[in-house]
Amino acid sequence: MQQRPAAATRQSTIERKDLHRLFEVLRARGYTVMGPVARDGAIVWDELSTPDELPAGWTDEQEAGRYRLVRSDGPALFDWTVGPASPKASLHPAAVTLLNARREGPALRLLECVPQPTRLAFFGLRACELAAIAVQDRVLLGGTPTDPVYRARREGALLIAVQCGRAGRTCFCASMGTGPEVRSGHDLVLTELLEDGRHLFVAEAASERGGEILAELPATDTTAAESGAVQAAVARATAGMGRTLETEGLPALLARNPEHPHWDVTAARCLACGNCTSVCPTCFCVTTEDFTDLAAGLSRRVRRWDSCFSVDFTYIHGGNVRSSSRSRYRQWLTHKLGSWHEQFGSSGCVGCGRCITWCPAGIDITEEARALRQDQRGKEGSRGNA
Amino acid sequence: MSERAAAAAPTPNVTRTDPMQPAPWRVVRTEPETHDAFKLTLAPVEAGPPFTFEAGQFNMLFAPGVGEAALSMSGCSGTVDRVVHTIRAAGRVTKTLRTLKRGDVLGLRGPFGKPWPVGLAEGRDVLLVAGGIGLAPLRPALCHMLEHRERFGRVNLLYGARSPQDILFAKEIETWRGRFDVSVEVTVDRAGADWHGRVGVVTTLVPRAQFDPANTVAFICGPEIMMHFTQRELERHGVPDESVWVSMERNMKCGVGFCGHCQFGPLFVCKDGPVFRYDRVAPLLGIREV
Repeated sequence: MQQRPAAATRQSTIERKDLHRLFEVLRARGYTVMGPVARDGAIVWDELSTPDELPAGWTDEQEAGRYRLVRSDGPALFDWTVGPASPKASLHPAAVTLLNARREGPALRLLECVPQPTRLAFFGLRACELAAIAVQDRVLLGGTPTDPVYRARREGALLIAVQCGRAGRTCFCASMGTGPEVRSGHDLVLTELLEDGRHLFVAEAASERGGEILAELPATDTTAAESGAVQAAVARATAGMGRTLETEGLPALLARNPEHPHWDVTAARCLACGNCTSVCPTCFCVTTEDFTDLAAGLSRRVRRWDSCFSVDFTYIHGGNVRSSSRSRYRQWLTHKLGSWHEQFGSSGCVGCGRCITWCPAGIDITEEARALRQDQRGKEGSRGNA
Repeated sequence: MSERAAAAAPTPNVTRTDPMQPAPWRVVRTEPETHDAFKLTLAPVEAGPPFTFEAGQFNMLFAPGVGEAALSMSGCSGTVDRVVHTIRAAGRVTKTLRTLKRGDVLGLRGPFGKPWPVGLAEGRDVLLVAGGIGLAPLRPALCHMLEHRERFGRVNLLYGARSPQDILFAKEIETWRGRFDVSVEVTVDRAGADWHGRVGVVTTLVPRAQFDPANTVAFICGPEIMMHFTQRELERHGVPDESVWVSMERNMKCGVGFCGHCQFGPLFVCKDGPVFRYDRVAPLLGIREV
């Protein structure tokens, strides 16, 4: 949303002890700071008042169906990869009241809840999360009409990224071309360095706004050694990528394999719980619910997150179009990796790995795509027209 | 973020630039159409820009406290001061809408969706093939063709209903039958001894229609299986897929492509449809539970 300055950006180095200044500058500019905290055994997003609330000394272990926060030695604030929460909850809220309806005799008053603009500064976004925000931008702001709820939150948002210094076991952003290096979409990017007993952040602005904020912070010119350490951190994350997903020709492959025998294999494992859609930073589906008081004089319409795994997601008179979990899993995966391209010009997957980690059955989207690619027995006969 | 935090102050707003915000419309007339279908005539409560729609488009009708349903308009298209819906009471929302009385107010958002391409039918023979309540979204197309009768070739309406009691627009069908410039054929799946019309599926009516297969446009609306077999029958008669259009139905919560519910492969039925050229949806219609 912000323009990159024409001139090449300059790196500057901020001491950990001065990080609170960033928070003060953000607050002075009217921002509410959102950032990562360690809570309930996971890294989650919350409103922060000081950098001391950041998850210092925590790291994580992730595998298919497994997530553990573990203590690490040292003061590092960002020695973890993404947890179950993402900025989606702040930009595309899980529940929002759309309107209230009040009966007044025969009349009906429809009271719209106009979304109020917010100024949220997200501190600690990873490359995959920036990519996810860009995907949601295309979905919710890219066409006509746009979503006013998302727009009111997104337009005022400031995006401060932090480079990944390591990758998790379920990460595959390198395959999706979205990371691990932060390259676009952000206002400011920081890289955490712990070298020779010093705790530093190398900062680089990527927008005018980011540059103005950076200019207000106590900083020194970044040394060549520090710049080198930034590159080494990114290289370490790239080299440590836990998983890969072959994307070449994937949308066409998925489109011609709706009856692939592997869907049955996955359906036997899938609980249709919707965890994957809940943690996915790009899943945008919503439903509406209506609540009334006992006299039915006042009713409230609420929009809330929905999932293509919900039983009644496709309900029309007579039943659900997708009643089997096979068809619901197939819809989720073929949409995310396939038809999303046709709809919005990119994959719906950013390679963050959340759906793998948080699947209670340990279903792995990269393994699923691989299985569908490797065994295409249904390839020719499946495109039924019966 | 909690729902409370996400909620904003309610503000009366008559501009309604948000496609999710319904406008109040008043019931000016409600009448039963069949034993389970009814006709609602609505007029806007608030002064605003004129309401213009094209044949085959739909509105989201909102029964406060109950919910919304995507419903095609059955009145004649154009700029209108009354909106007409012919609705089958099938679910919670439509059953509530049936209980509304003259003077009651409901919420309306729309119009949404891609219409029947009536312009493409000009200069060509026309087949309108309807099954059940599927006649309602086709009625504005027929209405348009009868209003501009000289622009079209031979116009055929082929209509299949479950039983004689399920026939929509029964009086109007008699009127259309009395015209010499439109051919109307009706069949029912089952009937008693007092039915003197045809019995059988709607595809059996295709041979009775007069059309030049190479210069025909067909609009089909009904259950998916009915649309599928109708297309097969038309293909057998030499009508290419590119001349056949169908109207799809899916669960919809928004009508503008944000809720994700109506996805049909890569298509959003709400904004890419509900009217699709047959060859666009043919590969998807063959897949179970897509």
